[in-house]
Amino acid sequence: MEQGRSHATRPRPDAAGRSTVVDVTAQVNGNACRLRLDSRVTLLDALRDVLDLTGTKKGCDQGACGTCTVLVDGKRVLACLTLAAQCDGREVTTIEGLASDGALHPVQEAFVRHDGFQCGYCTPGQIMSAVGLLEEGRAGSDEEIREFMSGNLCRCGAYPNIVAAIREVAGRGSE
Amino acid sequence: MQPFEYIRADGADAAIALVGRDPDAQYLAGGTTQLDLMLKDGVLEPGRLVDITRLPLRAITRADGALHVGALTTMEELAADPTVAERLPLVRDALLAGASPQLRNMATIGGNVMQRTRCRYFRDPTVARCNKRAPGSGCAAVTGVARMHAVLGASQHCIAVHASDLCVSLVALDAVVHVRGAGGERSVPLTEFYVVPGKRPDIENVLEHGELITAIEIPMLPVGAQSGYLKIRDRASYEFALTSAAAALVIEDGTIATARVAVGGVGTIPWRAREAESILTGATASSDAFRSAAEAAIQESFTVPGTAFKVGLAKRTIRRILQTISGIQP
Repeated sequence: MEQGRSHATRPRPDAAGRSTVVDVTAQVNGNACRLRLDSRVTLLDALRDVLDLTGTKKGCDQGACGTCTVLVDGKRVLACLTLAAQCDGREVTTIEGLASDGALHPVQEAFVRHDGFQCGYCTPGQIMSAVGLLEEGRAGSDEEIREFMSGNLCRCGAYPNIVAAIREVAGRGSE
Repeated sequence: MQPFEYIRADGADAAIALVGRDPDAQYLAGGTTQLDLMLKDGVLEPGRLVDITRLPLRAITRADGALHVGALTTMEELAADPTVAERLPLVRDALLAGASPQLRNMATIGGNVMQRTRCRYFRDPTVARCNKRAPGSGCAAVTGVARMHAVLGASQHCIAVHASDLCVSLVALDAVVHVRGAGGERSVPLTEFYVVPGKRPDIENVLEHGELITAIEIPMLPVGAQSGYLKIRDRASYEFALTSAAAALVIEDGTIATARVAVGGVGTIPWRAREAESILTGATASSDAFRSAAEAAIQESFTVPGTAFKVGLAKRTIRRILQTISGIQP
């Protein structure tokens, strides 16, 4: 990574006395979090580097691959293009927040059952996106699943099994 | 990445004052262009970012034959609107052809109008020549690798494309941009909102610094209009257009009473094809008329080796969407 691009606060000489620090209070996987951050910190970096929630992966870090997909107030979004500051007062759900009482979420179970991954790097984003897709009611056909999962790339090419997993959770079995 | 101050505005007037008084301040809505260009590409370096996403500019209302869309409505929200689905299929199709579901949950309609070009030379500050980023420096794309670039409204000064799908349909529909600034409110037709680059590609639209888009007004099509949006791209989904076309037709007894045509993926601005509309209006609905209209739509093109194919492809895109919505095949 290029030097000087870290998230360490670099004080900005500002005659206007502007603050480059933000206070953020958010619910992350049901837990209240209070953070003081440099205003440049993305939701993705706050999750991974500050809250140690490293399940959410950094892929392209530029909004092109979907690997960092999380839910904010129930909607799937890209954590790499969201400032942590924008999440103040919001509810954030990551892959770590899907299981309840040690039981995997049905989408997680289906991904395991259908072998919906190979290297696994894109998988947290795929699963979070699939949870969002099912909530949106976009799993009416394999074609629709493919179209509305198109924001999540899988370079191993596990797409057929990802579609099969989502199809199953949508209740269409293995038609 | 330069540090910046983040402020959440608690009212539209407060936001306008915060940005308007400070030449170094910019608005933040969905962030899918703004943060990309700031945090990742280092092209934009505002000292202050004013987050407007919680302002009450998110309602969709229907009145006086038009849909009034709050600027902070997300792309997904507008695509899910029942009136859009029933009466404005070219808007719905364009919305769902753009970006990915995640990005559409973030990106706003006002932000879609304000999105910046995807030209890689503009987005790479290590490239010295970019008239849009550094006025007077030249254009690296004209002699570089060009494919996702413009052929209409383009010149040796700039071939950066306006990549919006939605705005292609919106210019076809005569959408109006409602703007508020320190001096009050005004309305600008979207067809007059963008500025063809000429020798000043850095000037992209008619907004003054600090002016805020509050809503987009979309006039309804007449009942019985057939409309749609066709996007041609290098992969089946989640890709920018090589070419696209939005069209609407009202056909009465075999004659075209009303025609709207606009093209995307080929213009430095979302491109309304009025010459095509003139040929179609009053003509017998036929594949010959569609062919003539498509020929007329793409004129005075400026091409480089990488973009020459778009002239023919754009014409075929227009013919195809006209055939599809009318049901008239060659």
